[in-house]
Amino acid sequence: MFGYYLDLALRSLKRNRVLTALMVIAIAVGIGTSMTTLTVMYLLSGDPLPGRSEHIFYPQLDAETGKGMVRSRPADLLDYPSARDLWSSGKADRQTMTAEALVKIQPVEAGRHPSMIDTLTTTSAFFSMFNVPFRYGGPWQPADDEARSRTVVISERLNQQLFAGANSVGRTLRVDSNDLRIVGVLDHWRPSPRFYMVVGGHGASDTSDLYKPPHDLMLPLSTALDLHSQFSWFSCWGNVDPKNMAAAACEWVGLWVQLDTPATRSAYRDYLRDYDAQQRSLGRFDHPPNIRMMSLMQWLDFNQVVPKDVQLQTWLAFGFLVICLCNTVGLLLVKFLGRSGEIGVRRAMGASRSDIFMQCLVEAGAVGLLGGIGGLLLAWFGLWLVRQQKVAYADLAQLDPMLLLVTVAMAILASLLAGLLPAVRASRVPPALQIKVS
Amino acid sequence: MEILPILSTLRRHKITAALLILEIALTCAIVCNAVFLITQRIDRMNMPSGVAEKELVRIRFASIGANDDKYARDQEDLQLLRQIPGVTQVASVNQVPFGNSSNNSGVKIDPDQKKSTINATNYYGVNLAETLGTQLVAGRNLRPDEYVDMKTIMAALQTKNDKAMPKTVVITQAMANRLWPGQNPLGKPIYLDQTPLYVVGVVKELVRPSIWDDSIAKYSMILPARVAEGQYLIRTSPQDRDRVLKTALEKLKAADPHRVILSKQVWEDVRTRFFEDDRAMTGLLAGVCVALLVVTALGIVGLGSFWVAQRRRQIGVRRALGATRGNILRYFQTENFLLATIGIVLGMALAYGINLFLMVHYELPRLPGSYFPIGAIALWAVGQIAVLGPAMRAAAVPPVVATRAA
Repeated sequence: MFGYYLDLALRSLKRNRVLTALMVIAIAVGIGTSMTTLTVMYLLSGDPLPGRSEHIFYPQLDAETGKGMVRSRPADLLDYPSARDLWSSGKADRQTMTAEALVKIQPVEAGRHPSMIDTLTTTSAFFSMFNVPFRYGGPWQPADDEARSRTVVISERLNQQLFAGANSVGRTLRVDSNDLRIVGVLDHWRPSPRFYMVVGGHGASDTSDLYKPPHDLMLPLSTALDLHSQFSWFSCWGNVDPKNMAAAACEWVGLWVQLDTPATRSAYRDYLRDYDAQQRSLGRFDHPPNIRMMSLMQWLDFNQVVPKDVQLQTWLAFGFLVICLCNTVGLLLVKFLGRSGEIGVRRAMGASRSDIFMQCLVEAGAVGLLGGIGGLLLAWFGLWLVRQQKVAYADLAQLDPMLLLVTVAMAILASLLAGLLPAVRASRVPPALQIKVS
Repeated sequence: MEILPILSTLRRHKITAALLILEIALTCAIVCNAVFLITQRIDRMNMPSGVAEKELVRIRFASIGANDDKYARDQEDLQLLRQIPGVTQVASVNQVPFGNSSNNSGVKIDPDQKKSTINATNYYGVNLAETLGTQLVAGRNLRPDEYVDMKTIMAALQTKNDKAMPKTVVITQAMANRLWPGQNPLGKPIYLDQTPLYVVGVVKELVRPSIWDDSIAKYSMILPARVAEGQYLIRTSPQDRDRVLKTALEKLKAADPHRVILSKQVWEDVRTRFFEDDRAMTGLLAGVCVALLVVTALGIVGLGSFWVAQRRRQIGVRRALGATRGNILRYFQTENFLLATIGIVLGMALAYGINLFLMVHYELPRLPGSYFPIGAIALWAVGQIAVLGPAMRAAAVPPVVATRAA
């Protein structure tokens, strides 16, 4: 029966090409725009560390001193002494510090200009905590953190740029006029957002920069301190000696801890509270307790990482889809009711109401399928447009195979939904009456 | 007019008529809000900076390594830049309007306040106001003898030595109005820490870098701090900018070949880059508006054609009874006008609702009343244009159709 309905549907679609084209275009445009924005939204709002994010936490405390300083919430980053104390306590299952620095790298080939790049300075556990994949070599060892080893890990992209993708482990890279030995080259790794360095979001008008690709250069924090690298700081309240950031009155270091069980979690919270109290009794902190510890996803939520423009676009696209569906419902009604005569004849010849209903739905579904294919092409084009924009997440806007299926399914579902009312109306066409009239 | 017969006809097409009304309402609501968003973004992109935008060139480079003589190096650089023909002003600054990173402070008007009154941005650099070309509305600009090296200020903060701290500040009018509404700000102190800074001048406008909240975009202050952070501003005549930029780079490169230039821009580039996202969003919204109106128009054409086809016999009868082509044409136009009007009324209510949602979730202002008539006229126009084709076809139905079987 389905084959027969499909045949009828295709004939009917062919009969009124303009109307069919209008319906297909309406569905395609609605689906295309909503899938484009939905894809972007989906790519930006996912879990950057699936399976592990619920064990990763971001402890915060307020190290800023000064008479009468009252802050409603702790700063986004820690000062170095606090971060170092918490990190070296070893109270968490794993822990790592993260900070950004701007460093100068000399090209490998002679005659090319040096360039400045943003670098991640961290500790050895970073790579295992965050499942960072390596193509060649591996992370530096915990001993290197203490020894301020002249080691560096580079990204796949930088390796391509400097060494044409060859295994560069063991080679040296000149960073801030010092020779650093490459110990590892990352494989493709593109967390979204760049969660390990998310700061300054919470309600900012534009958060798209938080989706930048990961750093191209990663080196031990202790080494960067030793080299007097130019660290980027978040906030300072006193003397800043860029050559001695370890003692600077600045917040510039993030601390990530992995806490695998609820017991270690609550133990760590207690430890954080005790540390804060202890620092107050030592006179280093001079304000009421101001500590907090969010999980990775909570931290991303708190920072409202998904850009507001993207959310707005998603709403807009769904409004658009609703209008396109309204349009399709109207056109399908026109189409089915315009065939009242034909339907009347079929009813008179024994077709039941449900036969007519099914036939109409098959026709609507066929429109949906065509619209879905059109929508897919439009979504593909829409994502290409997104990639042309100069936003940090542009390279992420790719059609996902899963979303490909969702697009077609959504288009068919939408058109079936749109066809429901017209189909009901069509199936109510009385049989004999129409023969008499026409 | 023939409103009553139209209404009674429409009553027999309840569902299709309702769909058309719904579509018009939704389109109206979304287009009104989208156009409002567009004007908001355009206003933002046209935000005045308060600087001589056509005359400025900016160079940013990385000052790398332990460089104790960077203040001296800076002076030499500025001297080199000043010698370039056509250059009128130069300054070494910490940040520029519409730049990407900013240095901000909480500002108090009483040293014992627990929380700051406002957050404002700090502009540092000798000759900064003169180079930017900010317009003074009261008091005076900072004098060269008031400037203190940044490293001296840092040391003074550390040792709590008030004597070495700067004592004056120039603020924007917006900031003055916020701190002391209706009063003369000149001579009043503000506090970034415990040392008072006395307001000696007020500039009309000077926007801050990295604006994260438009409502505080105009809170800027210029402090007498001498910096050497690797950012130079050069002022010259508009037609000389490209040449000056090129020469400046050559001179700086010659003075220190190891220097890494991070960016070199004429001012338009600074502004363009800062508002890139807003421009993209504006284009997208405009595209959506056009697409929505087109889709709605197509819907009207589709339903209109259907109604005309359905009523061919009726139309023939009316024609046979003496109705002119003009009567028929006007009938369909009036019908569309009625449907559009109902749709527009519903759409306005919906537009208001959407705006309330946006106000709560995206901190947007209230939709101004002027959007309602504009939206109405746009949709009436779209409706009339879209229905014209089917209506003309209806008008072309000959009276003889009445005599034929349907």
